[in-house]
Amino acid sequence: MPIIPLTTPLTEDAVRALKVGDTVELTGRVYTGRDAAHHRMHEGTPPPVDLHGAVIYHCGPVMVQENGRWVCKAAGPTTSSREEPYQWEVMRDHGIRGVIGKGGMGPKTLDGCKKYGCVYLHAIGGAAQICAERITRVDGVDWMDLGSPEAVWHLWVVKFPVIVTMDSHGGSLHQQVYADSAKALATLKA
Amino acid sequence: MTDTATPDAALGVSLLELIRSTSCVLPADVVTTVAAGRAAETAGSNAAYALGVVCDNITMAKAKSQPLCQDTGSILVYTNLPRGYDVHAFETAFIAAVKQATKIGYLRQNSVDAVTGKNSGDNVGPGTPNFHHHQWDGDHVEIRLMLKGGGCENVGAQYSLPHPDLGGRDLKGVENAILDAVLKAQGQGCGPGILGVCIGGDRATGYGNSKEQLLRLIDDANSDPVLGDLEKRVVDKANRSGIGPMGFGGATTLLGCKIGKLNRVPASFFVSISYMCWAFRRQGVALDAAGGISRWLY
Ligand code: SF4
Repeated sequence: MPIIPLTTPLTEDAVRALKVGDTVELTGRVYTGRDAAHHRMHEGTPPPVDLHGAVIYHCGPVMVQENGRWVCKAAGPTTSSREEPYQWEVMRDHGIRGVIGKGGMGPKTLDGCKKYGCVYLHAIGGAAQICAERITRVDGVDWMDLGSPEAVWHLWVVKFPVIVTMDSHGGSLHQQVYADSAKALATLKA
Repeated sequence: MTDTATPDAALGVSLLELIRSTSCVLPADVVTTVAAGRAAETAGSNAAYALGVVCDNITMAKAKSQPLCQDTGSILVYTNLPRGYDVHAFETAFIAAVKQATKIGYLRQNSVDAVTGKNSGDNVGPGTPNFHHHQWDGDHVEIRLMLKGGGCENVGAQYSLPHPDLGGRDLKGVENAILDAVLKAQGQGCGPGILGVCIGGDRATGYGNSKEQLLRLIDDANSDPVLGDLEKRVVDKANRSGIGPMGFGGATTLLGCKIGKLNRVPASFFVSISYMCWAFRRQGVALDAAGGISRWLY
């Protein structure tokens, strides 16, 4: 299984070249954003940073301050489906090209990926230490009033491991596995 | 002054170590089943890749003494206390240890006001941490701690049988309900998962008992052979569903299933299912008279 190296900010061409099932290692700037941040953008507050070409990471990290510097102690993905109502808007209005999370997202997001040229990158759920190790710097934070897990953290990642599970061509591994497993379990019914 | 100068100080040290260990060190029974799951996946598949990262993560968390997962979850405390033990003093000491563990970063700030959204910042608030005390005939204290993350808690489910698609008030209906929950949980709860299930009870005691099932060792044998058979059937069928780790597709959907039962009232028949992710953080200690750790329970 070849690993595809990608650097942020992502170009539309790079995103369109990705297909469901691809293993990617991501390097560069990534911003965290989860429920409260997406809700705030949805309500009309502009994002605190320029998101064009950016990658948003659904993550509420464990951060501690050591010698006046933020250090990331644990930072795996959180469940993405909670962002389903908002994510497509962030693609349309702010030009993000990638979303990292876990569990996949629904039809609105899949449609947004196709229309606006974005990709859903599935991190390894719960692998907070591997993820934190690949976050080599914390360069800043916005919207800290939302609480540390909900704030927008500016992370620098190196070779961050993810798998493409929703591509910009309408492909969704989640839809496919759900349909197949529903069929398999129906035949196994007691 | 040493840390163990007084029983209270010793208890505080023990509790902090219990929290650290639970957050950072996966119990041996879980590590073994995760490794077996990895070996069962096809080399080069997304499933094998995911479980490889998971195994590396388990090793790294232990080595660095840092949380296995950033969602350090609900803090669920189960005690066995001898007669006359001071519960209030215990809770006070535990809460102090939680605050300290949060400051160090063993625990994330995870206690949020349900209406205002305000994070208490120290993991303490109404309902957090969550204590379940039991008096027992033993002469010492046992404490089991489980950290249960939100992603997997959100995919827990409670079924009321009969159900039009899943069946009636019998073991077939129960089995179909459990597998329906597995189908719907896919991707969301960081699989492969472990299920705690309770048949019967009311809505509250059913969920409560389903969580207590997770205190059992993954490879223990159910004392009730009928439930033991059902546990095996559920794991076997779930692993033939093709859902796989993280819902990527693959052979390892469940690492285990632990089922208990409670009496119900004639009118109700609940099946309560708690889903635990692979980051199955539970540890336990027995304490000596001075409050020190005499033995680890997992
Ligand atoms: S489901 Fe478990 S492993 Fe996944 S993010 Fe939540 S606590 Fe962590």
